[in-house]
Formats: sequence, C-alpha cells, structure tokens
Amino acid sequence: MNLPREFRLLSNGTSLPWAEIPEWPGEEFISATAAELERGGRLAAWFGVPENAATRLVAVIAFDADNTLAVGRSAPLAKSCPSLTLRQPQAYLFEREVWEQHGLVPEGHPWLKPVRRQDGGHPAVGEFFQVAGREVHEVSVGPVHAGIIEPGHFRFQCNGEEVLYLEIALGYQHRGVEEALAGGPQRATMSQMETVAGDTTIGHMTAYAMTLEALAETEAPLRGQWLRAVALELERLANHTGDLGALAGDVAFLPTSAACGKIRGDFLNLTALICGNRFGRGLVRPGGCKVDLEPQRAAQLRERLRVALDDVAAAAAWLWDANSVRARFELTGPVSAEQADDVGLVGVAARASGLVRDVRFDHPAGWHRFAQMPVSVWPDGDVFARARVRWLEIQRSGKFLDEQLASPPDGELRGAAGHLAADTLAVSLVEGWRGEICHVALTDNAGKFRRYKIVDPSFHNWAGLALALRRQAISDFPICNKSFNLSYCGFDL
Amino acid sequence: MFVLDTILHRARHGCRTMSFPAGPPPALPDRHGGALRVDAAKCAGSCDACVPVCPTQAIAKPPGKPVALDLGKCIFCAACVETCPTNAITQTKDHRMAARRREDLLLGEPGEEEVRLAAALDGKLKKLFGRSLRLRQVSAGGCGACEADTNVLGTIGWDLGRFGIQFVASPRHADGLLITGAVSRNMELALKKTYAAVPSPKIVIAVGACAITGGPFIGHPQILNGAGPVVPVDLFVPGCPPHPLTILDGLLRLLDRLERP
Repeated sequence: MNLPREFRLLSNGTSLPWAEIPEWPGEEFISATAAELERGGRLAAWFGVPENAATRLVAVIAFDADNTLAVGRSAPLAKSCPSLTLRQPQAYLFEREVWEQHGLVPEGHPWLKPVRRQDGGHPAVGEFFQVAGREVHEVSVGPVHAGIIEPGHFRFQCNGEEVLYLEIALGYQHRGVEEALAGGPQRATMSQMETVAGDTTIGHMTAYAMTLEALAETEAPLRGQWLRAVALELERLANHTGDLGALAGDVAFLPTSAACGKIRGDFLNLTALICGNRFGRGLVRPGGCKVDLEPQRAAQLRERLRVALDDVAAAAAWLWDANSVRARFELTGPVSAEQADDVGLVGVAARASGLVRDVRFDHPAGWHRFAQMPVSVWPDGDVFARARVRWLEIQRSGKFLDEQLASPPDGELRGAAGHLAADTLAVSLVEGWRGEICHVALTDNAGKFRRYKIVDPSFHNWAGLALALRRQAISDFPICNKSFNLSYCGFDL
Repeated sequence: MFVLDTILHRARHGCRTMSFPAGPPPALPDRHGGALRVDAAKCAGSCDACVPVCPTQAIAKPPGKPVALDLGKCIFCAACVETCPTNAITQTKDHRMAARRREDLLLGEPGEEEVRLAAALDGKLKKLFGRSLRLRQVSAGGCGACEADTNVLGTIGWDLGRFGIQFVASPRHADGLLITGAVSRNMELALKKTYAAVPSPKIVIAVGACAITGGPFIGHPQILNGAGPVVPVDLFVPGCPPHPLTILDGLLRLLDRLERP
C-alpha cells in the first residue's frame, strides 16, 4: 500500500466525507503532521475519535497565509504513539487532552498529566513542576480567586518577588459539554453552545451554526450572515472595552477603569437591543439568525454605537496619555513572536506579539468574505501591546459596524437548517474576541454527532500567560492575567 | 492632558449613577421578555407542545394535569411562549423574579401563575445585614455571563456600594456567598470549603439557572445541578443570565431596601 503524501485541503466552513480523509499509520501520521507544521502550518485542532477499542487521531492544520485548512487522520491506535510535542510544542496540551480522554499515550511527552481531571479528582492535586533551591519558594493561588471571576489554580515557583516558573492547573469548570454532544444534536445543545464560554456566545454559536450548515451543505442567507458579523463585532467591542477598563483598574488608573466599566455595559445593551439578551443568547441559529435588525432598530443601534465609541475613545485617550500607566504596561509580561508561534497562540495575544493571525482575514467565511477590516498587530508582546491591539480593534470594529449598519443586505434572515450528512467531517473557524474558535464535527452513519470537538482560543493561549510570567514580579500577575483575560470554562468545557 | 480632561469630562457628564430604587427602574430592552406567567386554565387538554421544545426540561405536563413551569430551570429562550397555541405561557416584561424558596419558582397551580417574590430577611439577620452586606462570589461551573452581570453592579451606573453591599476577597470577611454556575464536581470541595470559611450567621444567594438547577447542563454527570445540593440557599435569582436589574432587585428585596414592592 502506498502511503498518502498529502493532507486533504478544505476551506473554513466546509465539510468532506470521513472516508476521503487520508490516513497514515500512527508513527507516520505524527511525522507527517510535524512536517506540515514545520513548513508553516498551525495546529487548529488535534483530537481522538474512538473506533471500537482503539482511537484515531485527527489533525486540523491551518495554513494561514494560504487561506486553507488541511485535515489528516491516523489509523486506529490501541495504546500509544510517538509524541508530537517533542517536535512541536504547540501540541503539548492537545496530546495531554487526548491521553486524558482516550487513554492514548504520547510516548516521550515531557509533562503528561490530566488537563481537566475528568475523573472527578481535584485539578490542583498532583505533581507540579518545581524549581529546587534554598531561596526558592512556591506560591499557590486558587481555585477561588479574590474577584468576581471563574476558578483556576496557579502554582508559582518564585525567587523572592521574581517568578521563575508558572504552572496553570484548570478543569474546575468542567461541565461535560463535549461528552454530552455524542449522539447529538440534543435538545439542550444550542443553549450549551451559547454558554461554552458565556462571554463569547456569538462566537461559539456562530461556529456551531456554520458547522451544522457545512454538514447539511447549506448556507445561511446573506442577511443572516451579515447580522452574525454585526453581533460578533459588538461582542468584541464589549469585551475589549471591559478589558481596557480592567487593565486600568489593575494599575489603579481609575478614570478609565470607571468609564470603561459603564461603556462595556453600553455595548452589551446594544446586543440586547437586537435580541433582548445582553450576551446575544437566542440570536444566532443554524440556518441564519432568529431575530431581525429592522431598519429603524438598526438606525437606533448606529446612533447609540457612535455615542459609546466616542466615550471609549475618550477613556482610552486618558490611558495612553498617562505616564504612570505606560510605565506599568510597557515591558511587563513579554511574549516574543517566536514563543507565540512555538506554543501556537491565537487572537489578541498572538497579534500583540507581532503575528498576523486573524480568522476574519486568513480564513474568511460567512459575511467576512464580502466585508473585511485590517488585522490589528503590535510588535512588542507585552501588556502594553495586548492593550494596544484591543484599542486598535475597538476602532476598527467600530468603523466596520458603522459601515455595515449603513448598508444591510436585503432578503431572508434564516433558511432551512437541513439534514446533517452521514459520515462527514466539518470544520468551522470564527475569530471570537479572544481569538480563534474552532469547531470540528464528525457524524455517524445516521447523521448524528459521532465526535464534536471544540477548541476555545483559551486552550491555545493559557500557555502564553505562563510564558509571560517568567522572570516577572509576582505582583504583576494580575495585570498579566488581565492582559490575556482567558476563559476558564471555555478551556474546561 | 488626562488630568484636565477627566475633570472636564466629569463636570460635563455629572453623576452617572441611576436613580433607582428612589426613581423608576431603568427600562429593560424591548425584546427582553422578563419573568414568565403560566395560566394553566388556558392550557388546552391534551396539548403538550411546550414540553419537547424546552431545552432545560423546565416544563412538565403530567397526563390529566395542567402545565407546570419551573422558572428555576428556565433559560428564558421563549421557545414555549412561541409554541403555545393558547397563550397559556406569556412574558410579563417584569424584571422582578427573585424568590426565597425553591418552590416559589414553580408556576402553574391556581394562585401560583407568577413567581412569589422574595420576602426580606427577618429579625436578627435583617438587623445584621440590612445596611451592610459583604459577599464572597464563587463561580462553580459558571460560563462568565452571570459573573459579568454581577460584576456590572459595581460599576458607576449601578453603584452597589451605595446600598452597603460589597464583594470581598476572602470568605473570612464575608457575610455570605453569591454562587454562579452549575456547580461542577471539580468545584464541589472548593465551594464547601469556602462556605465553611464564612463566619455564621451567613446567607447564600444562587444567581442564574445554572446555580439554581444546572441550567443548560442539567442532568450532566459532571455537575451537581446547582448550589442547593451542596449548601443551603436563601435567595434564588432566575435568568440566563439574570439582567443586572433582576440581581439588584433580588439583593434589595432580601435586605428590605426597596421603597416600592
């Protein structure tokens, strides 16, 4: 038998029959994947599909510059395969996850431990990386934190104030989303997609809707796609504004902190103007959108949007103007472009390290095929850069929305969702406000979900926070953490 | 110069805090349906179309009995409202829906068409907490939305501090817990320990469908279906997430700080 040489290419929001995905024996699959990643690919998803008593590995690789995705799979593997992490650090959490979910051992993985403790154990119980030495001490934080925030555990190895190493243990929020999807879609599936990461309701629900549409070989009507794009940018505006305010609050710069807290609510209320819910629950549905943004409502939205954008521009200007803020933001928590690329960062964190990485630009689907905005990049990789990228995106999302609201497409809002094709794999990427959201669905012979994989941007980016803390003062942890503002539940699912 | 700018800005905009509860509450978005009302008398004999459309199993219709809706499970998607041919389930547009007892969220029986709103704390607790309540927030399997809409109460528009209510960093400093999330098994121990660390007397507030019953994740083996199975709950605030006004109404109702019911 001749081995396949090529991964199968497909574009964002499309599907292909499971049988047509090229297959390699375990070891060759790892080398083939590593080779694709070494020639510029990026691991968008890596997961197992149970088959009888064995597991097949599936790789979804993104070639951003070529605007294309590549898919490959392994033959069924019973116990183990060589670790991909040894050649590609971006696979390290993915391989731990596959091991935890399917028991498939990545031979030679440098740090094999559960990612979520799905067995019901406690995520912070177990071995942590330790630095030895008389002066070294360990600081343990969480799961319950000091603010109104989700739970997670952070273990610092410190020499005095200086953090030598940070290890992050998550899993506290695990609600069994992926497990419940087997055999689905179920009655509760849409509500669960809207709450995978509740601050990214539009992002995840759009990815889910696109996945279902790809499996049914339908497409939402243009007006539905347009409204999804509008809601996605409103979600970005609300969260980026909130983040700027939170960053200001962490360096005790209260004017921007107070103003942004309110303006964030103003943006959330714009989403509520469309659908009644501040987080966009019930707006996006497979086949299109559920509620319309009629001309009068759109005009009202545009007017209120301009006021909020003016307010946030003023609040951001104070932030950039204050020396005390810049002194705290600059050179704090740096992540180099090389590090960001190595661990596979996405979204704001990647762009703030100088990587041009944005699904709306690299893998345009839905409305983004017709309407684009520039990718916002800043080179320095520090807290300042991550704040600055948010501010650039606020401006560009605002401009995008202003243009879009002025010229909505006519037509239907929602089409038929259609029946899901059997034995088919579909991939959807959406640029949520944190970064790339990846949904991959595989159907069984009855057109039900055989496997549904969700990769929240946080899954890629927690490693970025751990790197940012190296050789930083532990007192800078809050500001570094806010500059990433990652989702715990989106990681824990 | 930001120093001058911020002062001018403040002078121009004045105080941004809403007048509620002295004045009227801020308007809910026009598409926000508010609390639900169930008129079981309008429910036609054998029809049970609302039962299968509910994503969280909040609606039951046992044979020969009228429809019953559990607002503690409801995520307010309005699928039942749209499905019911006889308008037995309707939206009230009312932001008020916090209750003291779990059974006060069950709608459908005669006289129980709507939520039985929460009564204030009594006697000693009201005296202790009525003018100063310190809460420790615990997210246990929350998606971030209930957390965000609780957090927003601290911003200048809502200014929770003016009621003497504050979120504190340690359970040792707290008078009670405000819990969000479906209570994942992985958070059970942390929640128990946090509760134990709060000095008595203490209260517990469950915010959102998840914290009351598990919400969209109800029945998953990875969760405990809300805070109730782990700690005693004194106030239930339904929603997915509840509007900040709904949470504020619940808190003020509990502390007897509302000037009109």
